[in-house]
Amino acid sequence: MLRSLLKLTWVEIKIFVREPMGVLGTVGIPVLIFLALGKTLGGAPEDASELPTFLGPQLPVFAAVFIAVGSVLSLVAIISIYREGGILKRLRATPLRPQIILSAHVLVKLLFTTVTIALLLLAGRRFFPVAPEASLFSLGLALLFTTVSILAIGFVIASVVPTARFAQPIGSAILYPMLALSGVLVSAEGLPAGWRVVANLLPLTHAVSLLQGIWTGAGWGDHLIEVAALILNFVICIALSAKIFRWE
Amino acid sequence: MSERPVVQVSDLRKTYGSTVAVESASFEVLEGEIFGLIGPNGASKTTIMECVEGIRRPDRGLISVLGLDPHKDIYKLQHRIGVQLQEAQLQKRIKVWEAVDLWSSLYPHTVDGEALLEQLGLTAKRGSWFMTLSGGQKQRLFIALALINDPEVVFLDELTTGLDPQARRAIWALVTSIRERGKTVLLTTHLMEEAERLCDRVAIIEHGRVIEIDTPQALVSKHCPERGVVFSCDLRDAGAGLRRIEGIEAVTEEGTSYRLEGRGEDFVSHVMRFLSDNEIQVRDFRTVMPTLEDVFLKLTGHGIRD
Repeated sequence: MLRSLLKLTWVEIKIFVREPMGVLGTVGIPVLIFLALGKTLGGAPEDASELPTFLGPQLPVFAAVFIAVGSVLSLVAIISIYREGGILKRLRATPLRPQIILSAHVLVKLLFTTVTIALLLLAGRRFFPVAPEASLFSLGLALLFTTVSILAIGFVIASVVPTARFAQPIGSAILYPMLALSGVLVSAEGLPAGWRVVANLLPLTHAVSLLQGIWTGAGWGDHLIEVAALILNFVICIALSAKIFRWE
Repeated sequence: MSERPVVQVSDLRKTYGSTVAVESASFEVLEGEIFGLIGPNGASKTTIMECVEGIRRPDRGLISVLGLDPHKDIYKLQHRIGVQLQEAQLQKRIKVWEAVDLWSSLYPHTVDGEALLEQLGLTAKRGSWFMTLSGGQKQRLFIALALINDPEVVFLDELTTGLDPQARRAIWALVTSIRERGKTVLLTTHLMEEAERLCDRVAIIEHGRVIEIDTPQALVSKHCPERGVVFSCDLRDAGAGLRRIEGIEAVTEEGTSYRLEGRGEDFVSHVMRFLSDNEIQVRDFRTVMPTLEDVFLKLTGHGIRD
């Protein structure tokens, strides 16, 4: 089981890097945009108060969440391409289980998300120094934890999206509203009361809140609700996707 | 070939919504034989096959493969069967050796992948991406993947559809060699020539029903006993004499060429004896024998639809 997972993950990593445009889009473009934004905005802290928070000091958190959401969309896209192309069907006639196939793709996404975010942190150090209280380990762990939880949403969407053509709109329709309400674009206090309730039910809100807290040096103990919500989200999504997974 | 059945299907039925794909199918595949499900496209051959492989769940009926239930015992069964699916694909940029290596990692007991690639003539292509392979090379790779776990039963679904004649013949030789290794093969095809060349026995499927099961030869002699002889000679107006040949049913004359139609195993010999007794010099002589396709036309009332 583990041997199959590692083998499949390794093959998928190799297949991914064989498509240079995909690598450039996943890793290169976010880093370049981040650097460009950071250079214009981050380097001028005296003007930062005039800007929405996500373009100011919260830009790294915004970038991290945005990259995680991008990974979900590409996870959904690749699984739907595999489904449409009959690759999943061929894998079905082997002892491989759907969870192994999805997990392998999550590991690939996780790896490239990690590489991208690590590059961002390195490149952005000049403009956005990590709050001195935040440990890099704690921050790394928070990023991994939130990304896995967000990717689990991708598990559910990827389990049912019939064709690649549908993958992008369906994925976006689910994730972008979550992103809008998550507190990364507009702070939670800025939302009308009703929307704030909705926002609190969405996993992305808790992901953003946890990342913002850890980024600004808070301890894990201050964010137990967020951690619990993200674990709950993960468990529900995995259970649901195992139930509804379609091979073709 | 032994008499031990390795696949048993009895009264299989499968519907998709209100469409009945398989009305009722029953057949047995014996150990060591090549058994073909033949019929036109859309006759539900693939549905039957995929129920037997455990990929689809039938609405009704009993299926046993190597004594296992393909639905309940799917994990156990998958280690003992090899499957090639119609219209399946691999990742575009996976290399041939990586696919074989990945498949090897999925089974506890496997054969040597490199040796398999060698036997299937894929050694030169082992480093190529899947998307760059020709149709025949893809199918050979799928055969390699179906054989990697040294299966007891191999399922091949429309293996040569879309291949050119050379590639098709090469694949036929491979399928025959699978049987020679003592394995049982269940295949589907809509090409009657393929069924006639490869299959020890065939089941003719039409509109989700099995309408006949037998060896191709037995089906031909049972349903199409007609024989034809075509020859040309200098003799004119030989029609009257020819009509006295035993078993003859029709004579068609076109100038100096004649087409005789008759019935029975001995009909061709009777024609030859007549020609030699009457010292008739013929310039060509060929026999027209019925094929499985003629049987199919007769049983289903129409030809193979593509």
